[in-house]
Amino acid sequence: MTEHVRAVQPEPDMVQLLTPEGERVERADYPLDITDEQIGQLYRDLVLVRRIDSEAVALQRQGELGLWASLLGQEAAQVGAGRALRSHDMCFPTYREHGVAWCRQVDPLTLLGLFRGTSVGGFDPYTHNFNMYTVIIGAQTLHAAGYAMGVVRDGAVGTGDPDRDTAVLAFFGDGASSQGDVNESFVWAAAENLPIVYVCQNNQWAISAPVATQSRVPLYQRSAGFGFPGLRIDGNDVLASLAVTRRALDDARSGQGPTLIEAFTYRMGPHTSSDDPTRYRLGSDVETWKLRDPIARVRAYLSRSAGFDAEFFAAIDEESEQLAVHVRAGCRALPDPSPESLFDHVFVELPEDLRRQRAEFADFVASVAS
Amino acid sequence: MTGLSAVPDGLTTMAKALNAGLRRTLEEDPKVVIMGEDVGKLGGVFRITDGLQKDFGEARVFDTPLAEAGIIGTAVGLAIRGYRPVCEIQFDGFVFPGFDQIVNQVGRMHNRSAGAVKLPITIRIPYGGGIGAIEHHSESPEAYFTHSPGLKVVTCATPSDAYWMIRQAVADDDPVIFFEPKRRYWSKGEVAAQPGPLYRARTVRPGRDLTVLAYGPMVGVALEVAEVAADEGRDLEVIDLRSLAPLDTDAVIESVRRTGHLVIVHEAQRTNGLGAEIAARVQEAAFYSLEAPLLRVTGYDTPYPPSRLEEEWLPNVDRILDAVDRSLAY
Ligand SMILES: Cc1ncc(C[n+]2csc(CCOP(=O)(O)OP(=O)(O)O)c2C)c(N)n1
Repeated sequence: MTEHVRAVQPEPDMVQLLTPEGERVERADYPLDITDEQIGQLYRDLVLVRRIDSEAVALQRQGELGLWASLLGQEAAQVGAGRALRSHDMCFPTYREHGVAWCRQVDPLTLLGLFRGTSVGGFDPYTHNFNMYTVIIGAQTLHAAGYAMGVVRDGAVGTGDPDRDTAVLAFFGDGASSQGDVNESFVWAAAENLPIVYVCQNNQWAISAPVATQSRVPLYQRSAGFGFPGLRIDGNDVLASLAVTRRALDDARSGQGPTLIEAFTYRMGPHTSSDDPTRYRLGSDVETWKLRDPIARVRAYLSRSAGFDAEFFAAIDEESEQLAVHVRAGCRALPDPSPESLFDHVFVELPEDLRRQRAEFADFVASVAS
Repeated sequence: MTGLSAVPDGLTTMAKALNAGLRRTLEEDPKVVIMGEDVGKLGGVFRITDGLQKDFGEARVFDTPLAEAGIIGTAVGLAIRGYRPVCEIQFDGFVFPGFDQIVNQVGRMHNRSAGAVKLPITIRIPYGGGIGAIEHHSESPEAYFTHSPGLKVVTCATPSDAYWMIRQAVADDDPVIFFEPKRRYWSKGEVAAQPGPLYRARTVRPGRDLTVLAYGPMVGVALEVAEVAADEGRDLEVIDLRSLAPLDTDAVIESVRRTGHLVIVHEAQRTNGLGAEIAARVQEAAFYSLEAPLLRVTGYDTPYPPSRLEEEWLPNVDRILDAVDRSLAY
């Protein structure tokens, strides 16, 4: 496929502030005001998020979850973006943003309910300003644009008041970039100069389809045709993700409109627990990307350049063990929904004909039980 | 709030009644916004939103880019943010690019959020044929929506219902698909001083011999049928269904228990149309009252025809009278 493609531009520039070897890179266009302690906190996020993920993978194998979509390899893109948000910003995830959910203080068990089959989402997006997971590819990007339209109408953009000005962060994947909804969202964002930041995690694969199936041009260049800026970051670099998302969110809040960030990363695991990637990709690619691991580079930086000692890392490992216990035990204890709940929340108030169906269902359940 | 506009007085067209109803919702609730293709300066291709942008400003009544998934999807986001969007779909045949957002998002997000998110979205769709239009401008897609959980679907047949039902639909905290029978936009009637309940059918002509159930554009035709039948000494009862989801079959069941005969009329194609569900419910509830099979008079299971053929395709007085004869002769 790719051989038909004529090159239209050189390989893109990619913002990187921490090399895979753990060297800090300073960039005048993306200065990052951050202490080593704060980098240590990002390290903690990355480790804990990976631990939630690996625990969920194990729970799926043990039959406790019906499915799991692992974020392995994408921790930095997500934690950087998640930590760039202010609490009153709104966030619209796909189904893989466990790392962002963590930064929004969503209990991992809430996410597990969806994959265990005890709920279809089941949480209040307003509590964490984090919308429910969206399975329909790309749909959430339009919800994000609409939410941003509301923000504009509320006069919560460009006032200069940091507690008032609000941005919206929308996630989608490289596969999703082909969806009409995503492209329509770009149209709206541009036409209305919306306070929205798109983070496209280009993990190179949409199930078995490589990114070349979706695009002849680097994905970040898509935004240019719509009339707003786009750029590529090293998606395995939490500092680049934080700095670039922070700046884009600032721009959005101050009324400068949308930005597309392409986080160039790699899906280290299968698409979901149901997938077998050996059917369509080379193990050697995975090996190459292991050398760009998002966590190893932060650890290298902290221990080599910031003087963090073994005690620091041991404490985080200990915390991660406790978190795993919480996830494991909590998942097994998630209650099955009651049969009567089937009819809950179909409407704000259950209409008469559905009440009759519910009664019919309850009668039947009772008759079988007796 | 001062200066709430009054209920329209005297004879009013359905188009004007809808306009007045929408105006009232904008006056009553600052969170109501009206959005769609050409709804601003132009007032919509049918002028239903005429003058509203001028009076309420571009933040509340606005033209969107030309993309139906985008219109519905951004309405979802606006609703999450606390707004009460009213979307106009320009014509029935153009709702399908937005169908995924309606079925998978609008109808389910309240459920997905375990009740935390409300989506008080009204989606207005001019529908049905009889206006001599080109392809995709005469469709009756209501059954796709009534088949989908989490959506309410209503349709008006008179200016009075148009006025009150649009106000009630916009005030509802659940999403409502509001079908407007475009061929009735210019028909006139008085607007009642008070509304009836939104999700209830209404008996618009009492009768003893046979029940005709219709909705939207077909209610007027059914009433004509009843007039003609009356001349032949047959006393037909006509019921306007009004609420397609939730489906209110109480009135029709009660009626069929008395008349023993039912003819169901809709423009939409027959197979798996609303008529099928109504017939199923009526036979379940009134089996021993039935004196004849339940009959349907509908569009045929073909694409909507070129306009020179639409009078043949649409249910009309003669086709309905034929069904009435067959039912009573059974
Ligand atoms: C509308 C729609 N079509 C197809 C699918 C099935 N599906 C689920 S994930 C996926 C691939 C998505 O790839 P991408 O957007 O790159 O995100 P990633 O899974 O790699 O994070 C597909 C085809 C879906 N969920 N929704």
